[in-house]
Amino acid sequence: MKILIIGGGMGGTILANNLARRLSAELRAGKARITMLSASDKHLYQPGLLYLAIGRTTPDALYRDQASLLEPGIEFHVDPVEEFKLDNNQVKAKSGKTYDYDVLVIATGSRMVAEEVKGLAENAEFFYTEETALKMMRRLQEFQGGKVVITVGVPHKCPMAPLEITFMLHDYFKERGLGDKVQLHYTYPINRVHSLENVAKWAGPEFGRLGITSETFFNIKEVDGAKRILRSEEGSEVQYDLLIAIPAHRGMEVIEKNGLGQNGWIPTNKTKLNMEGRTNVFVIGDTTNIPISKAGSTAHFEAETLGENIAAMIKMGMNTPVRDYDGKVFCFIEAGLDRATYAMFNYQNPPDPKAPTRAMHWFKMAYNKLYWASARGLL
Amino acid sequence: MAEKKIIDGRGSFCPGPLMELIGVLKMSQIGDELEVLSNDKGSAKDIPEWVRKVGHEYVSTTEEDGVWHITVRKTK
Repeated sequence: MKILIIGGGMGGTILANNLARRLSAELRAGKARITMLSASDKHLYQPGLLYLAIGRTTPDALYRDQASLLEPGIEFHVDPVEEFKLDNNQVKAKSGKTYDYDVLVIATGSRMVAEEVKGLAENAEFFYTEETALKMMRRLQEFQGGKVVITVGVPHKCPMAPLEITFMLHDYFKERGLGDKVQLHYTYPINRVHSLENVAKWAGPEFGRLGITSETFFNIKEVDGAKRILRSEEGSEVQYDLLIAIPAHRGMEVIEKNGLGQNGWIPTNKTKLNMEGRTNVFVIGDTTNIPISKAGSTAHFEAETLGENIAAMIKMGMNTPVRDYDGKVFCFIEAGLDRATYAMFNYQNPPDPKAPTRAMHWFKMAYNKLYWASARGLL
Repeated sequence: MAEKKIIDGRGSFCPGPLMELIGVLKMSQIGDELEVLSNDKGSAKDIPEWVRKVGHEYVSTTEEDGVWHITVRKTK
């Protein structure tokens, strides 16, 4: 049985390691084979970019060699896929090589598309890549006061990021003695400050307590860099001195080019995780079109479910999943530079976040290191 | 040619039915009709409110077995 995993991000890596452990006997006996194709030989801990943007970590702390994270027995190639031939159970990669599979898992992730909004890429700061996070960090260091606007596009990766960067910036400027000279203003696409109602019920009053102003029902239309004005689809506009954006995202270009899903999101069964219309193609992480958070923890829990199901296919000949993905997501929420809370939810149960604590912040700090154990499938 | 699309937002606490609608509307054509399914009754209020504010057309809302079907049309 040939298992081919496309993508070496969080979901693909956890799944590959999970399967390698479950199928160690089958791998040794040559009855199973796990191959991973990735676009990079490096693995980036993406949540760490938030800390890089405010100068709390360095780029080297966020990377590991991808091969070093993988269990022995997993064949790893830096050879990004260019063509999916699903009817032939094959993919063709950049090297020109064709890879066959019995089971295919697509975990190619997502990318920000700030350039799709007029003026946004040129005039806003971002923290979704190493390059943009470093640029934002330098811009923040130079900033001596004024109105900082944090604005949010749809859909975006990491639903807590807008709140986290806002709370962290509040503490960052306060630490620098600029608390009285900086006005933080937050815009959000729907009619509350976060999509999760219980998170919004906590964050809204917290904004008030910290003097952070907000405007809801605000979807980014365009940015006028010369006048430093941000305009919304709803017809309002906001003046800024420093603009920080959580831009809209799309799935990867290769998904769109191959016609697997509009905007790079592949139609996926929300509990079985198979691509709609295919029984041997599965999708995890940001790449799915499941109406759920595009977050590392989503990919993590999906990968664990899928690992169990694929192993059952191989070990017991199951042709239906033994376990459903229940929509589980766990997100830390940094509420400043020294306190945090969390939200845990699934398809049936909304989250009920508690008051932020220092202990939860330190747990998050610890998780930033423990992540590498998580990627190895140990945690 | 205008299409009719279904957005199944049932069980979606985050990003939620309205955020899903906003994302899908962006990639739809003018004239497309979108029907959002939601088991959150708040959607029946929030979606029409946003659609009117942003200037798209609110078509209808029905409820069946605890699922709200909210239909809108992209107009710009």
